[in-house]
Amino acid sequence: MSGEAGKGAMPARADRRRRTRRGHGARLAIAAPYLWLLLFFAVPFLFVLKISFSSVLVAMPPYAPLIEWVGNQSLAIRLNVANYLFLFTDDLYISSWLYSLKVAAVSTVGCLLLGYPMAYAIARSSPAWRSLFLLLIILPFWTSFLLRVYAWIGLLKNNGLINNALLALGIIDQPITMMQTDFAVYVGIIYSYLPFMILPLYANLEKHDLLLLEAAKDLGARPRTAFLRITLPLSLPGIVAGSLLVFIPAVGEFVIPSLLGRTDQLMIGRVLWDEFFANRDWPVASAVAIIMLLLLVVPITIFQRLESRELGGGRR
Amino acid sequence: MKRGVLAPLALAVGLVFLYVPIVSMIVFSFNASRLVTVWDAANSPTLHWYRELFGNEQMLDAAWVSLRIAAMTASGAVVLGTLAGLTLARFGPFRGRTLLSGLATAPLVMPEVITGLSLLLLFVSLEQLIGWPQGRGILTVTLAHVTFSMAYVSVIVQSRLAGHDESLEEAAMDLGARPLTVFFRITLPLILPAIASGWLLAFTLSWDDLVISQFVAGPGSSTLPMVVFSKVRLGVSPDVNALATLLVSVVALGIIAGTLWMRHLSAARTLPQQEDDRT
Repeated sequence: MSGEAGKGAMPARADRRRRTRRGHGARLAIAAPYLWLLLFFAVPFLFVLKISFSSVLVAMPPYAPLIEWVGNQSLAIRLNVANYLFLFTDDLYISSWLYSLKVAAVSTVGCLLLGYPMAYAIARSSPAWRSLFLLLIILPFWTSFLLRVYAWIGLLKNNGLINNALLALGIIDQPITMMQTDFAVYVGIIYSYLPFMILPLYANLEKHDLLLLEAAKDLGARPRTAFLRITLPLSLPGIVAGSLLVFIPAVGEFVIPSLLGRTDQLMIGRVLWDEFFANRDWPVASAVAIIMLLLLVVPITIFQRLESRELGGGRR
Repeated sequence: MKRGVLAPLALAVGLVFLYVPIVSMIVFSFNASRLVTVWDAANSPTLHWYRELFGNEQMLDAAWVSLRIAAMTASGAVVLGTLAGLTLARFGPFRGRTLLSGLATAPLVMPEVITGLSLLLLFVSLEQLIGWPQGRGILTVTLAHVTFSMAYVSVIVQSRLAGHDESLEEAAMDLGARPLTVFFRITLPLILPAIASGWLLAFTLSWDDLVISQFVAGPGSSTLPMVVFSKVRLGVSPDVNALATLLVSVVALGIIAGTLWMRHLSAARTLPQQEDDRT
């Protein structure tokens, strides 16, 4: 109650409302999702952290306990840092990490370059067209992600549709190798994540006050100037939100690079997967996850801030 | 006036880009040839791959598993996600609000391999410590799916509530309605469309998930994406095209039906008023 008293600036009516509302039901409403997320989303990271300091054991589960009884009355805590040393000395991990960052960055820029004008066109079209376009953007998202990525194999293969079409048109006389290249991964990620870029951008662009652009025009600004000085800066939160929604998951992407991508250069998500499923080395897989998490913590935090400001905006 | 052409052009190109792979899958699902990209004009169109698909016990079993998991996930995620969205949008500041808001948005962007691994380690450690959950199967997959899909429901509910100010709820309170009454009579009807689309989204996310399921599934709980992935990893196979076509048709029909139903609802809501006007 002392915390509440400190907020004297709050209007009396709002204060009363808030206090009466916090009954048993309200407390339960807060507690249920809170406890669930703590147990199934936050606490698991502690186990990942713990097991990343363990060592492999041929057993089930395949890792050694950290705390053990030594003799009768003493507990020994054994922290194995070899997993982390291993990650920093073996080239495989560093190169796949850097490669993942590169792929995610290029794909994010690609999504932005294609998604921004699309979102812009949708936001400036008439209401009837607008809902049709939005439906068309969201529709693929409702159908299987895995199958849509798989469809690209049929298009990009050496004897696939794109090569066949180009050969038939006489544009090329040798099939272009597109599968298992960086290009295929970029296409796959841009294709799968495009709605995540367009929707926040659209939500932002749609709210713009068009009077600002008219004022700029009346004052003699050319359309390009008006766009660069008004629309673009105003849409910055949308650009950042969309880019983070693409970039962060793309860094850890597994399905797209394993179906379309290179076999000589893995992404970090695939490395984690192989350590876990193929090598059954849970401790190294956990260490990979911890490093990945540490490096993504900044973009994730920025995304959370932005999201809570965006969603809290309408609240009085 | 360059801008006037550029954006619509990009929209057209982008929509073609989004639909070409889907259309190609639909067309080639009727192709007689086993070579997925060669059109066998003599024997096509054919329903051969559809017959093959419905004769595939493993796929059908997996589809049934996925369907059950997705239905349970969607229902759980809707309850928890709605509560999370409601508390974040309407309860004002409370202790730990920032943490809850962070926990409810992080699953949206968290790479799936991390979520999957961390949940598996949780389940394994919990089983060692307290003996629950016993082994891994449909239960663990559902728990995992609820966790990431409730975040999407929470965002949808929150943005719906952010679009309406609290004056309706305040008015009801000032008139003496109890909090629970206010929730069921005002807030719930207000966010019902958001809850409906949240349920569908959670269902789709669960139905679609491969990576997290692969980590937390056990023997006998192979979901449809897991079976499909092990198939397509070995190469393209035409009956997967047939499966994709069926899924796309179901979704398209569902959306058309949903749109018509919404139109019908809003028509039903305006009609009585018009009749009132006439009398």
